[in-house]
Amino acid sequence: MHTESVHITPYRTHAWVLITLLAFTFITITVTWIDLSALTVLIALLIASVKAYIVLTYFMHLKFESSLFRVFVFMVLFIYVLVILFTLSDYLFR
Amino acid sequence: MTEEKTHHPEPSYLVDTGKYKGLMAWLTSTDHKRIGLMYMYAMMVFFAVGVILGMIMRIELFYPGQQVYGPQAYNGIFTIHGIIMIFTVVIPGLAAVFGNFSMPIMIGAKDVAFPRLNLFSFYLYILGAAIALASQFMGNGPPDTGWTFYAPYSIQTHTNVVAAVFGAFVLGFSSILTGLNFIVTMHRLRAPGMTFFKMPLFPWSLYATAWIQVLATPIVGITLLMIIAERWLRIGFFDPSLGGDPVLYQHLFWIYSHPAVYIMILPAMGVITEIIPTFAQKKIFGYKAIAISSLAIALVGYFVWAHHMYTSGMSTTARWVFSLLTFLVAVPSAIKVFNWVTTMYKGSISVKPPFLFAIGFIFLFMIGGMTGLSLGALATNIHVHDTAYVVAHFHYIVFGGVGFAFFAAIYYWYPKMYGRMYSFKMANWSFVFLFTGFNLLYFPQFIIGIMGMPRRYFDYLPQFTFGHQLSFFGGLLLVIGFIIMLITLFSKKGAKAPDNPWGGRTFEWTIPSPPPLENFDVMPEMGVNEQPYDYK
Amino acid sequence: MEHRDDIGAKLGMWVFIFTEILLFGGLFLVYAIMRSSYSTEFHQAAHHLNAFIGTINTVVLLISSATVAMSITAVQKGNNKLAVILLVITLLCAAAFMINKYFEWGHKIHIGLYPGSDLMLTLSHGQVMFFSLYYFMTGLHMFHLVVGGIILTIVLIKVQNGTINEGRYVLLENGGLYWHLVDLIWIFLFPLLYLIT
Repeated sequence: MHTESVHITPYRTHAWVLITLLAFTFITITVTWIDLSALTVLIALLIASVKAYIVLTYFMHLKFESSLFRVFVFMVLFIYVLVILFTLSDYLFR
Repeated sequence: MTEEKTHHPEPSYLVDTGKYKGLMAWLTSTDHKRIGLMYMYAMMVFFAVGVILGMIMRIELFYPGQQVYGPQAYNGIFTIHGIIMIFTVVIPGLAAVFGNFSMPIMIGAKDVAFPRLNLFSFYLYILGAAIALASQFMGNGPPDTGWTFYAPYSIQTHTNVVAAVFGAFVLGFSSILTGLNFIVTMHRLRAPGMTFFKMPLFPWSLYATAWIQVLATPIVGITLLMIIAERWLRIGFFDPSLGGDPVLYQHLFWIYSHPAVYIMILPAMGVITEIIPTFAQKKIFGYKAIAISSLAIALVGYFVWAHHMYTSGMSTTARWVFSLLTFLVAVPSAIKVFNWVTTMYKGSISVKPPFLFAIGFIFLFMIGGMTGLSLGALATNIHVHDTAYVVAHFHYIVFGGVGFAFFAAIYYWYPKMYGRMYSFKMANWSFVFLFTGFNLLYFPQFIIGIMGMPRRYFDYLPQFTFGHQLSFFGGLLLVIGFIIMLITLFSKKGAKAPDNPWGGRTFEWTIPSPPPLENFDVMPEMGVNEQPYDYK
Repeated sequence: MEHRDDIGAKLGMWVFIFTEILLFGGLFLVYAIMRSSYSTEFHQAAHHLNAFIGTINTVVLLISSATVAMSITAVQKGNNKLAVILLVITLLCAAAFMINKYFEWGHKIHIGLYPGSDLMLTLSHGQVMFFSLYYFMTGLHMFHLVVGGIILTIVLIKVQNGTINEGRYVLLENGGLYWHLVDLIWIFLFPLLYLIT
């Protein structure tokens, strides 16, 4: 069952992805030196999410898989975020 | 769907053709049908143990005050009764037995996607069950926390909680791998032409179930690991003296354990959805509504967990949010019930044992569901929380629902499994005893629950005596019903079963009974204009 | 006839990855709850973590992820030799990560900072929760790293002897997916534990 065309990611792409990820790591560390109080966590999470998105898309090859995989990943993350929000509906309103 | 091939040269899956013979041939088999049967045999053993433990509790409760054994023993017994019944019987339940046996055939596949992984899940199941049972005999005595392992008591008690918790963890792993296997199977191995919306509805319900297994079980897995780490390392997540929060444990536990109820009940609904059109000889009413309601139950059912925690000190906001969601999940369940009833309307119904049990299921499930709504409402919940009312409610769901669907499924697929029929008369008698016994056992619990009988109490006030005694006699009738059922099915060889004894329209009825090792001589296909449940 | 379904195998791996995400998800949920209850104490406690070691480990893991991804490209191009080298680099990175962690944990345990220790009991509730989470989360992550290392070692052997090759490499892809999962989790652990000072 290997009829569908195989996508080969060039080495160069992987290298660029790595450099981007390292750059984001650098940014997230630098940002902690600036005091943004409540925003700090949010920014850290935002940068981490961008990094995760890159890893999922390129390293984990989601960009080139059938859309079913992307739908699943999205669904799982969506459900997980809802779980956190519903749990916080208890903790934030006690 | 083709109707030829009554004559078959291929030996049935029950004949050993591999390198081993006898028991070893079964234990090393990766055939989905054999694995399904092995689950069934194991489950029957665990179920028998659970039933005996249940009766031991009923004996103690026959009169108020201590009768046969003391409170500590009682705590241990209801704990292990819960662990066995929940984790080793009803959670794997229909999915592991009939999901394995029937689902691949129903979608036109030779086996599941990962047959060896399937066998591995089975062994994890046995291992987990063995560890959970071993907790009774090792360490400082049987755990006494209840099957929910609520913190902080579960981290303080000196009984052998770790083994029980670890057993549940391993069982969870088995459940995850089964779910994974089924998801991939249904995505990759459907017969040519069978689109998702042409798939029979039992596989549909298993698909929804599999997603819950995969997405909810890990949460309880990590939670149980936390309990072990609490006990061994004092990490303190649930220990208020270290800054932890016991209510957090309840959240984490129910994030899995409420969806687990849907892991149990969805395949049960799926079985009923197969049986009703077959015995009404009528196309299922609202095919898409049933298929989608399975997914809806799975999705919404994921977010109702905190209705177990109304009295735990949760915020008011969380309480109404979860109460609202609880009411929402009743909608897709009701859709299914309406569809079943409408399917029967003007059908040519033949009341054979599987149908009888399916009707019994609908009746009991309705009672269980309706009382569930009264528990999901905040105001009534406060009054009946942790009373026998709750015990009655969830037994109506997990036993009246899942159990009766399981019996229906056995009577439905038994001819396919063994190639033999059974005595309908005996089967009907088993229904009479099981149904009467069940209601006599659990209905009084609703009443004494409202009167104020707490659950998990070893002793009670004299006014509850009559209710408890009725329950005891109901339990006896149930046990007689089981025995009749076992005799019906396993005592002697019945007449040879035809390929399609009920006039069913799904793929499993087009192949010989019992099926050959690879299910199909000619791989089935579904034409463009073919629909599942194509009765006239 | 042998039945083979690479997409099915990959789908299975992804579903397994979902379970892993939710396994850690339970821990991140605990983190979220504790963090919302004890945010200042979490800040104080995070000062005890060495952000420098954390950063090095992040870099090491990112590199190892890239080399695994590249090894797939190498196998697809029929260059098993390069793939082996890239996988060895990955495993070396994993080893470096473990050694780093050994010193990091070793130092803390040496000064008596571990769950259930006497020192821990003198700390405030929020700090106890922070360190418990730190040990539990990084510990579970490390366990996954070791498992991933074992999987990749098996894959490495199969690439070496040619069982994994141009025409059939789904095992390598799945091993790679697992390794990226380990990386993915660290991407969130690192800022949440080390960078909240």
